[in-house]
Amino acid sequence: MIETLRDLGRSGIGAFESLGRSALLFFYTWRGMGEVLTRPRLVLQQVYATGVLSLVIISVSGLFVGMVLGLQGYNTLVGFGAEEQLGVVVALSLVRELGPVVSALLFAGRAGSALTAEIGLMKATEQLAAMEMMAVDPLHRVVAPRLLGGIIAVPLLASIFNTVGVWGGWFVGVGLLGVDDGSYWAHIETTVSLRHDVANGLIKSMVFGVAVTWIAVFEGYDTVPTSEGISRSTTRTVVHASLAILALDFLLTALMFD
Amino acid sequence: MSTVVDRNLPPALSALEAAVRIQGVTFRRGERVIFEGVDVHIPRGKVTAIMGPSGCGKTTLLGVIGGSVRPEAGSVEVLGHSLVGMSRAGLMRVRRSIGMLFQSGALFTDLSVFDNVAFPLREHTRLPEELIRDLVLMKLEAVGLRGAHALMPSQLSGGMGRRVALARAIALDPTIMLYDEPFTGQDPISMGVLLRLIRLLNDVLGLTTVVVSHDIHETASIADYIYLLDRGHVAACGTPEELRQGSAWARQFMNAEPDGPVPFHYGGPSIAADLLGVAEA
Repeated sequence: MIETLRDLGRSGIGAFESLGRSALLFFYTWRGMGEVLTRPRLVLQQVYATGVLSLVIISVSGLFVGMVLGLQGYNTLVGFGAEEQLGVVVALSLVRELGPVVSALLFAGRAGSALTAEIGLMKATEQLAAMEMMAVDPLHRVVAPRLLGGIIAVPLLASIFNTVGVWGGWFVGVGLLGVDDGSYWAHIETTVSLRHDVANGLIKSMVFGVAVTWIAVFEGYDTVPTSEGISRSTTRTVVHASLAILALDFLLTALMFD
Repeated sequence: MSTVVDRNLPPALSALEAAVRIQGVTFRRGERVIFEGVDVHIPRGKVTAIMGPSGCGKTTLLGVIGGSVRPEAGSVEVLGHSLVGMSRAGLMRVRRSIGMLFQSGALFTDLSVFDNVAFPLREHTRLPEELIRDLVLMKLEAVGLRGAHALMPSQLSGGMGRRVALARAIALDPTIMLYDEPFTGQDPISMGVLLRLIRLLNDVLGLTTVVVSHDIHETASIADYIYLLDRGHVAACGTPEELRQGSAWARQFMNAEPDGPVPFHYGGPSIAADLLGVAEA
């Protein structure tokens, strides 16, 4: 009994210590952002590595999610004779929820895990220590560009996911099931609000981008520098980032779409 | 730079001008004592080797000199700057005068040989790219790898990787060079090249060199002074010749003898007691 309590206490303290270290990493990394902004090439490299290289998985997923929404939406709406509203159902589902959430989840799986493994391996092979000994701060040189790159990449990927998804819904609804083309686009245009829906969706993406990239770089930087340690950190990145996205989504939805 | 005479060091060594002065340093990892009141004096312009059994804290001592390991007690002075309580910015300034060769080489795997050597120059100077190119090629020439500047680290042998890392470590013309196990896993030719380079760079560039190594004969052949660490203390120090004539422990270590003050057999009951059941006397 005492042993169980002790273990529980130990893991609780460990979790708080980890939270504190991640807050410090975020603080010190953010302090070096000014330096990073003077070298945009470093950030662009990361936008390419995390964003451009995720385009295929994001586009293909967006297309299929949009197609499924089109099919399910049509089957439901046609019962009420409201199938011309299909564009609104697809667009609002994507812009408000599925676009930001699914693209962030995919980003965590593809780019977040890669960030953790990359930084973790740099630690294991003494590259971070070598940088320190060359009087170069790894938080500014390695972590900050990756953090900023991820924050920029996620909203862009979500926008692409939404666009491809709306076209996927159009393909199924208009192309295969015979919904009127004009109605599909006209209802999207009149119902989807730029400020309320699109902007809030982008804000969600940015918040998810900060959370996922922060978790990924922290797990890499804080890893136990062994193959087993890096493997565990990579898994933790995907699990923690996914849970963070879903929890933050509920919080943001409650605040934005009350 | 101070020339204060240390109580625990040979007068001839402690009277030399110090590039690094470590006094009374204590450091623990959890319950384990790594150093307890250790005094080390690294004379300027000389090659000093830190040696001792595995796990005695040799690499940790390099960390103390480089400021990545903060001791619990004692003072650490590098090139006249006290590292104890120094700010991160101050530490970074001191580190610009220190080059370090890591055991693994620690080359950046996503950068070419050229870009690896150019890295510290690009980070710390605003030199035009043409000048950086010339400097990088000169550093690579010094380690015999100018022709390999376009290769990636994955295309290098272990010895070549270590030499590229050495070129990178001397890119900013440091005052102190630290080598962490530079000969581990090297073939005889690579080892010979590294030995020659370490001594040559020290003498030609007027560096102060600290080498942590297990390879007694090779290291002793280039070292001016050797510190032998054991169980958290400096067990012996002096020139290689002095240590070969020194205490029984130092002689055993320097001559790599399997038995002596450090016994071949781990402590326990006698073999007669274990096999024949004979009572211990």
